[in-house]
Formats: sequence, structure tokens, C-alpha cells
Amino acid sequence: MHDLVNAAWWPPVWALIKIIIVLIPLLLGVAYLTLAERKVIGYIQIRLGPNRVGFRGMLQPIADALKLLFKEVLIPSTANRFLFLAAPVLAFVPAMLVWAAVPFGPGVAISNMNAGLLYVLAIAGLGVYGIIIAGWASNSKYAFLGAMRAAAQLVAYEIAMGFALVGVLMLAQTLNLSKIVEAQAGGGFWSWYWLPLFPFFLVYFISGVAETNRAPFDVAEGESEIVAGFHVEYSGMGFALFFLAEYANMIFISILTTVLFLGGWYPPFNVAPFTWVPGLIWLLLKTAFLLYVFLWIRATFPRYRYDQIMRLGWKVFIPITIAWIVVVGIALETPLRAILR
Amino acid sequence: MLGHYLPVLIFLLIALVVGIVPLILGSKLGPNRPDSEKLSPYECGFEAFEDARVKFDVRYYLVAILFILFDLEIAFLFPWAVVFDSVGMTGFLAMMVFLAILVVGFIYEWKKGALEWE
Amino acid sequence: MMLTTTILFYVFSAILLVSALLVITARNPVYSALYLVLAFFNAAALFLLLGAEFLGLILILVYVGAVMVLFLFVVMMLDINLERLKEGFLRYLPLGLAIAIVGVLEMVAVFWTAPIGRVPAPGPIPANADNTRALGELLYTHYLYPFEIAAVILLVAIIAAIALTLRRRPDTKSQAVGKQVAVAVRERLRMVDLRGPKP
Repeated sequence: MHDLVNAAWWPPVWALIKIIIVLIPLLLGVAYLTLAERKVIGYIQIRLGPNRVGFRGMLQPIADALKLLFKEVLIPSTANRFLFLAAPVLAFVPAMLVWAAVPFGPGVAISNMNAGLLYVLAIAGLGVYGIIIAGWASNSKYAFLGAMRAAAQLVAYEIAMGFALVGVLMLAQTLNLSKIVEAQAGGGFWSWYWLPLFPFFLVYFISGVAETNRAPFDVAEGESEIVAGFHVEYSGMGFALFFLAEYANMIFISILTTVLFLGGWYPPFNVAPFTWVPGLIWLLLKTAFLLYVFLWIRATFPRYRYDQIMRLGWKVFIPITIAWIVVVGIALETPLRAILR
Repeated sequence: MLGHYLPVLIFLLIALVVGIVPLILGSKLGPNRPDSEKLSPYECGFEAFEDARVKFDVRYYLVAILFILFDLEIAFLFPWAVVFDSVGMTGFLAMMVFLAILVVGFIYEWKKGALEWE
Repeated sequence: MMLTTTILFYVFSAILLVSALLVITARNPVYSALYLVLAFFNAAALFLLLGAEFLGLILILVYVGAVMVLFLFVVMMLDINLERLKEGFLRYLPLGLAIAIVGVLEMVAVFWTAPIGRVPAPGPIPANADNTRALGELLYTHYLYPFEIAAVILLVAIIAAIALTLRRRPDTKSQAVGKQVAVAVRERLRMVDLRGPKP
């Protein structure tokens, strides 16, 4: 056994196994999130949602995927062929790569790296390339306008997100995502970071909604004004990749919010019936709840206007986060630190 | 170090494959019957009358520049937050001065109307 | 593991050099910018190979995630006319050459005097070294003055960016949210008795 673990070929193979264990459930999760979205919004609007394909529509995502696979891949005559095809891949790859650092249990991740949070922030910021390249390569007015709007919006909220993460770091004293969860252990839900860092929790999650271009921040693909924004010219699998990236990002934002603010795999109460449930189940339950919030928000709020989006990002979130960094800092320098740590 | 980032490299290659294969499959399996109308860029029912790559509001550049500056601030804040305990009061005050200088910039930006969109 | 590191070093370096070359030879400025992104990526990978985790990730966060986005914005939106750009080529050639020569001389000077090979190589990096922490512990205690100077430089950059690019457009309308929220009923609504005098 010892020789096996020390063999040169073992680390890459083990990494490969871990990647497959994460990737397949992730892609299935994305597929069924699309179904969940249509069902949840359907019920909120007193409709049934898809219910024809399979039992209660359970096979709908498979049918959608097959349909997209057999659709014609169109490349507009004025487009830049290579970049037009590269853009969906460039949107998809960062959406997958961020999962390398996500912890599913104490120290359990594809790569339990020291600078996990920095890695996640750096890689998540690369999603913007897929969008601006798609907009430019399509050589279509709607696509270009949508891409520029999306890019300006993404960067505005990325700042707020980064500031919100600083608060988590001040309390956890580590960039390692698994250790950040472990720093929230102790009592029950009151020892998780959402309580002392409540403004950061809200800012982070709402910025996450904006970063994934979801309603009510979806002006970049607003159907009623710029048809579909940056992916208006895409069909078939190119479109499917953008779609996959968006939904994988939604799940990622939810799981990261859970890890950073909602105690990751810890049960809400540290007593008997709750501690019997495995940690992974708690992690996924919390993530599922936040995903439900994503859908709930979409079904509830009307679309923001572009100037309102930019105002919220720059003039509301950034001042709030800077002020709360100072507040947390002062609290940590006074006897209050005993409560926070 | 390499042990932590080798999985990322492998993941990068796998993600590229998972991204490119469906595109190839899609273009092989799907029909391919292009015509000039189908391949023209989308317009609301009329011929496109000018190039899509138009000049843009200079405001977008300003947003991008401000984004770089704030991103650098985050790059400074991250290591500070991680060593908050060990740098003690000195480090805390140092960062407060740093933030104060940048808040001056932020207020200037706000008062000048650089954050206004219409 | 040593062999893997060496192979990866040469792979990343080769891609870095080729993409850097393509940055200056590509005809389309958008392609140039994208090759520069690729070059930054490989530079970040080299940092990671050296164990400089923080520097590598910051290179991706700041240069790839922010600086190159600005570059792409500019080259995509400025509507750059290649013919017009080529016109000035000969006129700017002497100046460009002069700058290039100065640059090369400076680099030679640096490498000539740099203690390459004379400083003993650092020992192996401990397996769980956290260089973000090491960097922070030095930066916010030992190098306070340069750190605050960095804040002032960023402030100057903010002001310069606004001074250079901000154009007020008096004809546009924007929403004053504060005023909207602060408005009182009396300012907007006047109750008028429409019944008039009784017949």
C-alpha cells in the first residue's frame, strides 16, 4: 500500500479520480437545476412546469440536452470563426476550474490548497473573458452591447465580493477553504460567520446573483431589450456551454456562500438528531436552500435598470463593505474579540 | 506546492476536453444547411446598416480603470486580513491609514460623478 | 516529482515565449491582447512552480482578471483602423528604436550586476509553507512606509483616471434616489375640491 501511494503515477491518477467524482455529479446537478428552476418558477406562478417527459418531467433535462446536441451550430458570416467557437469554452472552463478548491468535508477537496479563497476569486474573475469575446466575435450589435454591459456589471460586483471576503479572512485567519469552515465550528448556527458578518453575507450573496447574470440583474441578456445579449448568435452546443457555465456558477456561488458564511458541513444544532446526519448532506442541503433563493429571487423581482445596477454595486455595496471591515477590525482589537473568535 | 496545483492542471485539461468535445459533436451530429439569411447577424427584421463594432461611451473605460485600482486594494487587503492577529495594532493602524487614503479617492470619485450612470 | 517540475517548467516557459512573440506579431490587436493573457497565465504557472503561490494567483487576479479586461475593452471599442496605424510607422520608428535600445541596455546592466549564481540557492520550501502569511507579516510591519506610499499612488491613479476620462454630459438625465425617497406627499399632491358650488 505504501509503495502504491508513493509511486510517481499515483498523484495524477488520484487527482483524476477526484475530478471525475466531482465533475459528474456537478454536470448532473446543473441539468436538474434547470428542471428545478422551471418547476419552482412554475409553481410560484401557479403553473405545473414541464411534466410530459418521464415521470413528472424528470427526463426533461436529458431531452433538452439531446435536442441541443442535434441542433445546427451556426456561425454568423461576419463573425470571427475561431474566437466565436472559443468563447463558450472560455466561459465554461473557469466555471469548472473553480470547483478544484471547493471543500466537501474537512480537507476533502480536489486540491486542498493553502490559498484556496484567492484561487477561487482569481479563477471566477476569468468568466468575463468568455462573455466579452463572445460579444466581440459575434460581430452583432446586440451581442456586443450585451457583452459590454455584462463586463462592466461583473467587474463592479467583483469588487464588492472581494471586500466581503476580506471580512471572512479577518475572522478565519486563513485562505484555506476547509480551515475557514473549521473556524466556524463550536456551537450551532449562531457560531457561523453569517451572524457577525451579516452585511458581508448579504453583499456576497447578492453580488453572486449579479455575477451570474441572474434576474433581477440580467440586463446583459435582457430578452425584451437586447434579445439575448452576448449569446444572441449562438445555437446548439455553443449556447449549451454558456448555459452550463451559468448554472454551474450558480451552484458554485451557493456552495461557496455555505462554506464561507453558513458553516459548511456543520449541523445547525450540535445535539443528537442533527449530528447523526453526515456533514456532506448538511453542506448540500444548505447549498440547495441557497439555490432555491436564487430561483425565488428570479420569480419575485422585476429586472433592475442598468443605472440602478451600477449604483447598487458601486455606491451601496462598496461603502457598506469598507465600513464593516473597519467595524470588524475595531471589534477584534477590543475585548469583543472573545465573542467573535 | 506542486502537489496542490497538479490536480488543477489536470482539471484544466479535462475541462477543456469536456468543453470542446460537445462543440465538435454538435457540429457533426447537427444538420448543416447554411444560407446567407440564416448566417447574417441578428437584426430586428431589417438589413444591418452599420458595423457592429461601434465606438463606445468612454465611461466603460473609466469603470475598467477603477476596477483595476480597487482590485489592487483587494490584493493588499487579503494578506492583511490573513495575518490580522499576528501583526497586531501596528498592522491594524497601517491598514486604517491605507483605507483612509483610498476612501478619499472614493469620495472624490463619487463627488465628481464618476459613478453616475444615466 | 523533480522531473515533472522540470518538464512543466520547460512547457510553460516555451508557451510563454511563443505567446509573448505572438503579442507583437499578431495583426489583429484583439489577438495581441489575448496572447498577452496567455503569456500572463504561463507566467503565473511559473510562479506556482517556484512555490510563489500568492504572487502567481495575484498575477491572475490583477493582470488577467482586471488589467487585460481594460485592454480588451480599449482595443475592442476604439475601432482601431489598421491602415491608419501603419501610416505612422516610419515616423515613430526612431523614437521606438531609441526606447527599445535604452530598455535593452538597462536589462543588460541589471543582469550584469545582479548576483545571479553568487547567492546561495534557497533551501527547499517546507511542504506546507503559507507564503501569503509570510508576505503579510513582513509587509504590514517591516515595510509600512512603502505600503502607505502604495496607497498614495493608487489615490493619484484614481484622480488621474477621472481627470482624463470623465466627461460631463449636461444633456443626460439621471435618477436622484435620495431626493425621490425624501419627497413628502405635500410637495407632489394637492387636494382640490372638484364639486364646485352647490346649484
